[in-house]
Amino acid sequence: MSLVFTLASRNLFQDRLRFIAALIGIVFSVVLVMVQMGLYFGFGRMVTTMIDHASTDLWIVASGAKCFEDLSLLNMEMQNRLAAIDGVAEVIPVVVGFSAWMLPDGAMTPVFVIGSDFTAGGLSPWNIVEGTVQSLTAPGTVAIDRSYYDRLGVSGVGATARIRGQPVTVGAITDGIRSFTTTPYVFSDLGSAQSYIGLPASFISHFLVRLKPKADIERIRQDILANSSGIQALTPDQFRDQSRSFWLFGTGAGAALFAGALLSVIVGTAIVAQTLYSSTKDHLYEFATLRAIGASNSYIYKVIICQALLNAVIGFAIAALIGTAVAHFTAKSALQIVITPNLMIELFLLTVVMCIASAIAAILRVVRVDPVIVLTQ
Amino acid sequence: MTGPIVEAMNVSKILGSGPARVQALKDVSLTLNGGKLTVLMGPSGSGKTTLLSILGCMLTPTEGTVRVCGTSTSGARPEELAKIRRQHIGFVFQSYHLFSTLTVAENVRLALDVRDERGLKAMAKTEEVLASVGLTSKMASFPRQLSGGEQQRVAIARAIVAEPSAILADEPTASLDAANGQAIMAIFSAIAKERGHAVLVVTHDPRLFGFADRIVHIEDGSLTREEFTDPDALRLRKTRN
Repeated sequence: MSLVFTLASRNLFQDRLRFIAALIGIVFSVVLVMVQMGLYFGFGRMVTTMIDHASTDLWIVASGAKCFEDLSLLNMEMQNRLAAIDGVAEVIPVVVGFSAWMLPDGAMTPVFVIGSDFTAGGLSPWNIVEGTVQSLTAPGTVAIDRSYYDRLGVSGVGATARIRGQPVTVGAITDGIRSFTTTPYVFSDLGSAQSYIGLPASFISHFLVRLKPKADIERIRQDILANSSGIQALTPDQFRDQSRSFWLFGTGAGAALFAGALLSVIVGTAIVAQTLYSSTKDHLYEFATLRAIGASNSYIYKVIICQALLNAVIGFAIAALIGTAVAHFTAKSALQIVITPNLMIELFLLTVVMCIASAIAAILRVVRVDPVIVLTQ
Repeated sequence: MTGPIVEAMNVSKILGSGPARVQALKDVSLTLNGGKLTVLMGPSGSGKTTLLSILGCMLTPTEGTVRVCGTSTSGARPEELAKIRRQHIGFVFQSYHLFSTLTVAENVRLALDVRDERGLKAMAKTEEVLASVGLTSKMASFPRQLSGGEQQRVAIARAIVAEPSAILADEPTASLDAANGQAIMAIFSAIAKERGHAVLVVTHDPRLFGFADRIVHIEDGSLTREEFTDPDALRLRKTRN
C-alpha cells in the first residue's frame, strides 16, 4: 500500500485541535445544507400532498390557478361538457376553500375545507386510523387529522363542532395529513364543503378527470382545452411541478433555502481550506523534503487530496448521523425535513467536492515550495 | 556505470536580482565518480550549498552544464528535475528532515514509494538497508525516539534504499558529536566503496577528511583546490591550484 494514505492520515490526526476544527466546519456545513435541502424536499412534498394522493389522470383548474390551494373557481356546468369528450371515463368535482371552525368554547379557528364526491372515489382522506371514508358521504360528517385535536378541540370520532355555523360530526380520523400552512385540513362531501366555504352549489375549484383505458391523454387534454375556455388541463406531474414551482420559487421560500445551503457550502469550504492550508504550511519542510527526494507533483497532490478526502469522509459520516437524527425528530412536525437516499449520495459528493476544492489553496502553496529550503534550514 | 555520474562543466550561478544579485558560483567544473567519496569544503557563504543544489538538480545553473548519468539538466522544468533526482540522486540533510509521523521503516520506504516501488520487495529492501546502518531494532520507532546519530543513519538509509547513482550529503555531521560524526562518515565511506555510489559530502569539519578519496575546496563561488588522498596513508597526493 502506498504511504500517501499513511502520511496524509497521520499528519491530519497529529494536530487534533486543527483536525477537530476542520471537522466542526464540515459537519456544520453539511448538516446545514442537509437541513436546508431536507426542508426544501419536505416543503416540496408537502405542498403537493393533495395532488400526490388524488387518483386522477388530469386536473382541470381555472386558468389563473397556480397551485392546489388556489381558490379560483370553475362552473359546475362544465362537468357534463368534460364528460362528453371522447375517452373521458369520469369527471369528479372537488372544492377547496377556507372556513371557520368553532371550538366547544366558542372560539374560532381557520380550517381548509376539501370537498369531494367520495362515492365516485374523489379526493379522499388517507391514512385513516379511526372511522371510515364511507361515513363522510353523510352530510355534515367530516374527517380531520389527529395532530389537530387540540387545535380543533376534538378528541376522536363522534366529536361535534360547527363550521361556518353549521353542525358537523367527526366521522374519520387521519394520521399525518398536515398542512404546511398549519391550517388544519377538513375533508367532507362536496355539498357540505360548498356550504362550509360559502359557495353556491354551481361553483367548484377543480375537476378530477379519469380516462378510459388506453385513452390518448395528450389528445384528450387538447380536446378539453379546445372545448372550454379559461381553464388549464394538467397531468398530475404538470400540476405537481406548477404547484411546487409556485410555492418554492413564486414565494421565494425555495430561493431562501437554496441561498442558505449555498452559504453553508461556502463557509464550510472556507473553513476546510483554511485548515488544510495551515496544516500544509506547518508541514512545508516535509513537502519540500518530498520534492527534494524526487516526489512528483502528483504524489504531493495525492497527500493533500487524501487529507481532504479523509476530512470529507469523517465529516460527512458525523453530519449524516446528525442529519438523520434531525430528520427523525421532525418526522411528525408540520414541516418535515426529508432526507432521501439520493440526497445523501448527492451531499456526500458535494462534501467531497467541497473538501477537494478546499485543498486547492494548499496545493498552490506546495507547488511554490522550493526544495532547496531543506538545504538551507 | 562507467564515466562520471555527476558532471558539472563551467557552471556559474547568479542568485537574486537588482541590488540583491549575487554570483554564487563562478565557472565551477567538478565530476563525481562511482565508488568515490568526495568532500566539499568551504567557509559559510562560499557557495557549497548552491553547488550541492545544482549537482543535486534542485537548481539549474545560470551558465554551464550539469549532467547526471548522462542527462543534462539544462532547461529542465521542476518536474523533470524531480524525475532526475528520483532516478539518480539520494540526499542526506544536516537537519535529517525525517517525517515525524512516520516510523523509521516508513521514512526509509518513502524513498521507494515516491519511485512507485511498493509491496514486499520494498519492505525487504527497507529492512536490508536499515540493517546495513545498524537500525534493525529501531524499525518501528518514530524519529523523536531516536538520537541525532540514529536519525542521521535513518536519513542515510532513506538516501540509499533506492540505490541512486549519487549520494549528496549536506553537513551530515554538523549536528552530531565527534563519535557519531565519525560513525556517519564511516557509513558514507562504506556506501562509496561497497555499493559503488558517487558520494559527495559537504562539511567544514577537517576531522572527517580521513574518509575522503578527494577533498574539494570552494571559496567565493570558485573551486580553489582539489586534493586526492592516498587511501592507505591518508596523505595528500595531488594538489591543484
